[in-house]
Amino acid sequence: MIIYGTALLALCHMLGIICGESLGRALGMKTNVGGVGIAMLLLVGMRAWLHGRGRLCPTTEGGVNYWGAIYIPVVVAMAMSQNVISALRGGPMAIIAAVVTVLACGLCISLINRAEKVGSQPADKPL
Amino acid sequence: MWEIIEKAAKDNGLVAAFAVVGLVMLASGFISRKLTLGRVQGSAIAILIGLALAWVGGKVSGGTKGLADVALFSGIGLLGGTMLRDFAIVATAFEVHPGEARRSGWIGFFALMLGTVLPFLVGVCVARAFGYTDAVSLTTLGAGAVTYIVGPVTGTAIGASSEVIALSIATGVLKAILVMVSTPAAAEFMRLKTPRSAMVFGGLAGTVSGVTAGLAATDRKLVPYGALVATFHTGIGCLLCPSLFFIAVKAIVRQ
Repeated sequence: MIIYGTALLALCHMLGIICGESLGRALGMKTNVGGVGIAMLLLVGMRAWLHGRGRLCPTTEGGVNYWGAIYIPVVVAMAMSQNVISALRGGPMAIIAAVVTVLACGLCISLINRAEKVGSQPADKPL
Repeated sequence: MWEIIEKAAKDNGLVAAFAVVGLVMLASGFISRKLTLGRVQGSAIAILIGLALAWVGGKVSGGTKGLADVALFSGIGLLGGTMLRDFAIVATAFEVHPGEARRSGWIGFFALMLGTVLPFLVGVCVARAFGYTDAVSLTTLGAGAVTYIVGPVTGTAIGASSEVIALSIATGVLKAILVMVSTPAAAEFMRLKTPRSAMVFGGLAGTVSGVTAGLAATDRKLVPYGALVATFHTGIGCLLCPSLFFIAVKAIVRQ
């Protein structure tokens, strides 16, 4: 049943958020620490476990895959609800800080990723 | 007639949002194929249109949530809000190859640390150049360059003025928007091709919104790997900025 997949996703999501929230509390913060990341790891683990036991049918997978596929539209909706006005109103300081940060980080990403070719795995390995 | 449409859209917010986003994506796909001959990905154009609409929505409503503040499009706020966004991000993990993620775990963690320290340093330096000298303001503005959530969280924790907090949020939002917009164009330069490279990107480019939108517009398959690392970004920032980084800035300022 398709709801099994969506429910599995929802359970992993909730568990991850609860773990992230608890981790935040334990570290003395009011924010969630990596809740979504933990949820992702849980889902990866659950998938491997269920797959190994042969309990994952295509319909169940469909219940998760639909939400994975709806992801880009969600991002577009997120872009539509950004506070663009205040971001632009931040003035020169905000603009310079943001631009320099993005440039510096982009440079680091480029440097680190250019080193990857040396590794043992071929760069154009299909995902 | 208009009243009926408005009421229908308000009462069925999420459903209306699916329709609006679908139409925007349809238009973007058309623009991508016909005007750019497929050179610019449809999703990249959709995100740009989304940001432009957010600007229009902000102007019209005077609110803080872009198009979602216009009554007719209130459902956009739910569809693009944290709950459904995170739900969809978690769902993309279904496509993660555990081996790939494990192999790149350490480099991802390293990128995450560098991605917190580097923006903070840049933020502090720029704030200093703009005449801020007190440790509280410098730390808050540095934290804003990490993500737009770390800025206000840090500022509130160490007692920054609301003007400085607003500036830190503006810096963070602007950074996220810049990452969204520039990633597809800079993908070649950053060698964004493999899961490992996406994890490095997720750690260094910060904010979940910027990273996931940027990757979505570049290569859909890389999204889960980048998101996996990026979701820890805000947490790490909120952990380090008001504590360790604040102490360090205080020590330097005092000299």
